[in-house]
Amino acid sequence: MGYPHKPHPQETVVLSKHFGEVEARSYKGWVKRGGYEALKQALTMEPAKITDVVKESGLRGRGGAGFPTGLKWSFMPKEKKKPHYLCVNADESEPGTFKDREIMRWTPHALLEGTAIAAHAIQAEVAYVYIRGEFTEPCAIMEQALGEANAAGVFGKIKIYLHRGAGAYICGEETALMNSIEGKRGNPRIKPPFPAAFGVFGMPTTINNVETLVAVPHILRNGAAWYKGLSLSSPKSTGTKLFSVCGHVQRPGNYEVTMGFPLKDLLYELCGGMPSGRTLKACIPGGSSVPILNREETERCLLDYEGVVEQGSMLGSGGVIVFDDSVDMVYQIMRLARFYAHESCAQCTQCREGTAWTTRILERMLAGQGKPADLDLLLDLSENMTGKTICVLSDSCAAPVVSGIKKFRNEFEAYLAGKKHPVLAA
Amino acid sequence: MSVTAHPAPGIEEYQPVFTGKTLDQLNGILPRYPTKQAALLPALWLVQQARGWISDRNMTEVAEVLGLTPAYVKGVVTFYTMYHQHPVGKHFVQVCTTSPCNVCGAEAVVRALLDATGAGELGATSPDGKWTVIEVECLGACGFATPLLIDDDFIESVTPEKVAALVKRYK
Repeated sequence: MGYPHKPHPQETVVLSKHFGEVEARSYKGWVKRGGYEALKQALTMEPAKITDVVKESGLRGRGGAGFPTGLKWSFMPKEKKKPHYLCVNADESEPGTFKDREIMRWTPHALLEGTAIAAHAIQAEVAYVYIRGEFTEPCAIMEQALGEANAAGVFGKIKIYLHRGAGAYICGEETALMNSIEGKRGNPRIKPPFPAAFGVFGMPTTINNVETLVAVPHILRNGAAWYKGLSLSSPKSTGTKLFSVCGHVQRPGNYEVTMGFPLKDLLYELCGGMPSGRTLKACIPGGSSVPILNREETERCLLDYEGVVEQGSMLGSGGVIVFDDSVDMVYQIMRLARFYAHESCAQCTQCREGTAWTTRILERMLAGQGKPADLDLLLDLSENMTGKTICVLSDSCAAPVVSGIKKFRNEFEAYLAGKKHPVLAA
Repeated sequence: MSVTAHPAPGIEEYQPVFTGKTLDQLNGILPRYPTKQAALLPALWLVQQARGWISDRNMTEVAEVLGLTPAYVKGVVTFYTMYHQHPVGKHFVQVCTTSPCNVCGAEAVVRALLDATGAGELGATSPDGKWTVIEVECLGACGFATPLLIDDDFIESVTPEKVAALVKRYK
């Protein structure tokens, strides 16, 4: 549902069905809506059987990478020799993305139920839900829900704990998140070893995004075939997905549609189009870390993992940032570069230096002090920031720069020809 | 000239944070993790809740309680942006100005806040000690531009016009 708006007839509401219903936040309210039935069912099942059902459903990770969830679970050791852990990534910090926040605010028990099922499937006795520090309200709601569910004793032997972050985008990277839980700086780790072998506290660990886990109870209750059937295009992209739409649309918010839904319809129909008198200039379809689409690409794009790649970008987290024709692309790309420069953990030279220099070069261009070679310099810098570091933060900074220069080169050239931005020229 | 150090007048003697209720809270958190070190982020939150910021003395205390070194604790404190290493105003305001909010007018909200609170400059505290305003990167509520945090209150859809009334709600 397009919270805070009423659901649109073209939406397929599964995960967001109870958004906006205060009663659904309580344990009683959740049970009244059929909550915890799937968990009861799961606790009677063999762990491997649950993994098989999730594999069969085609569910893929909703945090950004789109890795098949069942396959990820199957990497955990079958024979348990050490403690197993589940980490829930609720460190939602990708600019443009605000779906996990709504899931936790309205349906905290859905996340707890999905978490407990996943923990059972991977034979973990402890699950940590890592919530970003700025999410004060979702964290309080989750804490209340966890207290009620624990009092009702629904989780059996599984223990779920909330762990509050303290302001660091990079902790959404899975190995950085594990370091952060361990009480360390949130530096990503070199892989391999992968988390299923050596995760949090050095033990076999699986990490899943909030939206991925809330889909699991529905899959168990309705069957893998039902979930697989929710696809309008590629058979490799199944189910529904929440898209957070922000920026220049009439009705920003979260919209849940079936995989393969046209981006054009999401923007012009569900979100009511651009503000009056404006036209679409550009769109970032999967959170700020993916390449920018121009208008033509946006209007051709189908929202599934393969469809967005076909247009030269990625589905990512499903955070859709919309820019109308009033937007100064150079300034906004500088703001995105500044974001990555601020959030770099500073371990890798290419990222620490590259994000900072990208920002400085864009700032000097905006101030009217750009040099003719700056565009080539930015592209060269981006090249050296892609595929060369421990994690992909540096690649994420390069994506909007490279795609921005490619698709909106005239705006960059205008700054090199004497244009000045009022804020930076001052 | 005296060589004995005396505390400056008006400066209170250091009071440990981990006593009484706060110590009980920490002891309630420790069993969640297989290592003491893992309780570091929660312990730092407890300090900040008790004192409003985390001083070097506090870091040393946390280190002692968790069996870590003060340098290690400082390394972690400085990594995370939400831990204050200096006192801030009575009300701490964090405004998102990242791209999605930026195109919806976040910078005008910041200017209105600096003006209405009397803080004047980003990161500075107003002369009455009540307000500190900072810009932050993405608060994760991009569809509700411009979002901001005043202390622990998350406020959505702030416009420059709403700022004066908002500031008045906080004494």
